[in-house]
Amino acid sequence: MAKMHIKLTVNNRAVEALAEPRLLLIHLLREELGITGPHIGCDTSHCGACTVDMNGKSVKSCTVFAVQASGAEITTVEGLAGADGSLHPLQEAFREHHGLQCGFCTPGMIIRAYRMLQENPNQSEAEIRHGISGNLCRCTGYLTIVRAIRAAAEQMNRAREAAE
Amino acid sequence: MRFSLPAKWEKAETDPRKIEGRTRSPGNELWEECELIPAPFAYHRPQSLQEAIGLLTQPGQHARVVAGGHSLIPMMKLRLAKPEQLIDLQDLSELRGIRSESGAMVIGAMTTQHELIGSELLAASCPIIRETSLVIADPQVRYCGTLGGNLANGDPGNDMPAVMLALGAVYRAQGAQGERDIPARDFYRGIYSTALLDGEILTAIHIPIPAEGHGWAYEKQKRKVGDYATAAAAVVMTMASGICTQAAIALTNLADTPLLAQHAGEALVGSGVDEAVITEAARRAQGITSPSADVRGPVDFRVHVAGVMVRRAIARAKQRAR
Ligand SMILES: Cc1cc2nc3c(=O)[nH]c(=O)nc-3n(C[C@H](O)[C@H](O)[C@H](O)COP(=O)(O)OP(=O)(O)OC[C@H]3O[C@@H](n4cnc5c(N)ncnc54)[C@H](O)[C@@H]3O)c2cc1C
Ligand code: FES
Ligand code: FES
Repeated sequence: MAKMHIKLTVNNRAVEALAEPRLLLIHLLREELGITGPHIGCDTSHCGACTVDMNGKSVKSCTVFAVQASGAEITTVEGLAGADGSLHPLQEAFREHHGLQCGFCTPGMIIRAYRMLQENPNQSEAEIRHGISGNLCRCTGYLTIVRAIRAAAEQMNRAREAAE
Repeated sequence: MRFSLPAKWEKAETDPRKIEGRTRSPGNELWEECELIPAPFAYHRPQSLQEAIGLLTQPGQHARVVAGGHSLIPMMKLRLAKPEQLIDLQDLSELRGIRSESGAMVIGAMTTQHELIGSELLAASCPIIRETSLVIADPQVRYCGTLGGNLANGDPGNDMPAVMLALGAVYRAQGAQGERDIPARDFYRGIYSTALLDGEILTAIHIPIPAEGHGWAYEKQKRKVGDYATAAAAVVMTMASGICTQAAIALTNLADTPLLAQHAGEALVGSGVDEAVITEAARRAQGITSPSADVRGPVDFRVHVAGVMVRRAIARAKQRAR
């Protein structure tokens, strides 16, 4: 099938690519663009390891065709750290609170948590658990992930207040 | 504390483009063999409904529309669906939005489950839709999955169809021949078989606004987040001075299609909805189910759970009715 010319923004960088219509967004990111933060865990829309932020929504990039994402703004975990390499408060909190063990789920978890906190910066533990229910972790038992997200939220809220 | 990686790990190649035999990009044999890559298709993104219908009705082509893609793309990956033409409805803003119009809620087919959850208008007039949306899939899927896709899909596991049966919704479809209305109660024919004709697109869903103070509940038994129902029941009912004046009960994933449990609903009307009545309604609802045994359990178990879901849904709807 003829390739299609697509344009999108990935981590604030304009990207153009030629994509067969059946190319999945996760394969475009990982194999064409070398952005390997998003992982392929299940390939069946269940695990959330491939989660990226697309036009302000958390989506499973294994269940979106790259052509559908043409024109979209995508942020992956790689796009969160500052230009100087300083970690995002979520990344810092995951490290501080042992929010990861093997780390396989982490890029998806963090980019999902990022969107969740954009939508509502003050979440209860129950809300956080509901919000990350599309992301599976086989290691941590979620306890430390929830703790890390809460800590990051507090840090981000403090920073916001200080700025106001 | 920071620690440095052993030198041999530092050198390990992590870029899949540079690892021979590992990439699944086009041209690589592995890619062609891989089960979870769809068959080839041509992709279109029409800018108007007319253009979409034109593309959908090209002669000699197997064409499908894609909305959120979260039912269709998994099916395409398994090659259970192999459309030759894929028509993406994402740019058709006329198919989005929630508004109230002469006694009915009108919801565009492309409205996402996430948008249904966030709608104040729906929360006030028809709260069962929010309650149901929250038990569908997970947050990521709900950002993409649309009401129209959930209703047109025809999988008996989809949760919204039963709710639409209970609410007496009407689906509006548009094809080359024009527009027509199909009551939800006449829409479902079998597994993946609906009254929608080839070349028709679901554009909007019209829901008569239930009476002020009505009771509602959607009770769903599932094994985990993101699972389809072992059994689920939707109840919408009205009470006046302690007597039920109107009731509709519908069931999810208990037959090849969603089911309207007409006689079960009738059991409630004219009664105070006490324990004995609830038991009778649950018995009647169970009587019309014909689930298959699957990973969610054997037939007897699923019929049993159906009874439990109906009882719980009626009790909660009664409690909420004013
Ligand atoms: C992990 C996971 C868990 C899920 N769990 C649940 C669950 O618990 N309950 C549930 O109900 N669903 C569940 N789903 C399905 C999800 O809700 C789907 O998104 C939804 O069923 C289909 O909506 P869609 O917009 O993604 O449709 P698509 O996948 O784009 O389309 C589905 C079908 O409908 C057709 N179609 C779509 N829109 C139209 C239209 N406007 N007119 C005519 N035909 C149309 C398509 O051609 C296709 O055949 C789950 C999905 C996943 C991936
Ligand atoms: S790889 Fe996409 S959800 Fe698991
Ligand atoms: S840290 Fe291993 S899967 Fe989450």
